[in-house]
Amino acid sequence: MVHPLLFLQFLRGILTPLLFPVAMKAGGEALENAHKSVDNLVYTWLVMAILILVSFFATRGIKNMPGRLQNFMEVVVGGIDNMITDTMGEHGKQFYPLIATLALFILVSNLFSLIPGFFPPTASVNTNAACAVIVFLTTHVVGFKVHGFKYIKHFLGPIIWLAPMMFFIEIIGHFSRIISLTLRLFGNIGGHEIMIMVFFALVPFFVPLIMTVLGLLVCFIQAFVFMLLTMIYIQGSLEEAH
Amino acid sequence: MEFFSMCVIAAGIGMGLGAIGTGIGQGFAVKGAVEGISRNPSASGKILTSMMIGLAMIESLAIYALVVALIILFANPFKEFALKAMEHAVK
Repeated sequence: MVHPLLFLQFLRGILTPLLFPVAMKAGGEALENAHKSVDNLVYTWLVMAILILVSFFATRGIKNMPGRLQNFMEVVVGGIDNMITDTMGEHGKQFYPLIATLALFILVSNLFSLIPGFFPPTASVNTNAACAVIVFLTTHVVGFKVHGFKYIKHFLGPIIWLAPMMFFIEIIGHFSRIISLTLRLFGNIGGHEIMIMVFFALVPFFVPLIMTVLGLLVCFIQAFVFMLLTMIYIQGSLEEAH
Repeated sequence: MEFFSMCVIAAGIGMGLGAIGTGIGQGFAVKGAVEGISRNPSASGKILTSMMIGLAMIESLAIYALVVALIILFANPFKEFALKAMEHAVK
């Protein structure tokens, strides 16, 4: 089912014929999937526009006695910096752009799920899988760059003669990180959307408001957990093997 | 028709079973956190942060069960096959 009543719904008419001409002729379920993809794309652009505009206005006239927006952004940036230094130490500072971008993108996308008429990009598996694959590739590329071929020792475990079995178990564990990161975000945000829809159908009076307040807590916690897990995975591939 | 009733039963029972373990696990997490705060009220900030992280990780197990239930109900890959089999049975 396509999300009803979105603000940027008119862009479906422009973009679906451009990007999915085959689905336009086919109609039915293929057309619904095409509409969902276009919604995802358009709202990701909206998240990007908001982040770029806020960053632009916050850094426009940097003063020593900061105004309100600059002060708020300094708190956010400094907070993420402290957390990276706590979890990863000094050599983690080079990953600051990746981690902060992922955290802010996921936070703003999650917050879209609370506003009626907006579709959160993180409620579709595609966006979440993209972020998870980026984190997975970063950990392995960083591991190979820093350790060279000795990076394989990370997968072999502490005891030598158990190494073949440990290798398969570690590989499966690493691939399951992608699935767990994706599904955690998708289940929390997408499942929350479905839950609010169900409550609107059952008890439209006051209960969806309570569910939305719970959703606010869930948004912040999920963005924080994604950022923390990224830091832990990169730290795990940077440190020495057992 | 049995295909669809089985789907609904599976989704309901699956999600219910997934919620049992999550409830117990998160109960243990909150128990540890509250005991920690009661011993040392000044460390409540750090304890609360760790508790929130732990709860989010445990919750993700229930969410895997929810995703499987949603796939069974809304994006069932065997729906076409079952519908064709039912048409053949009617004929």
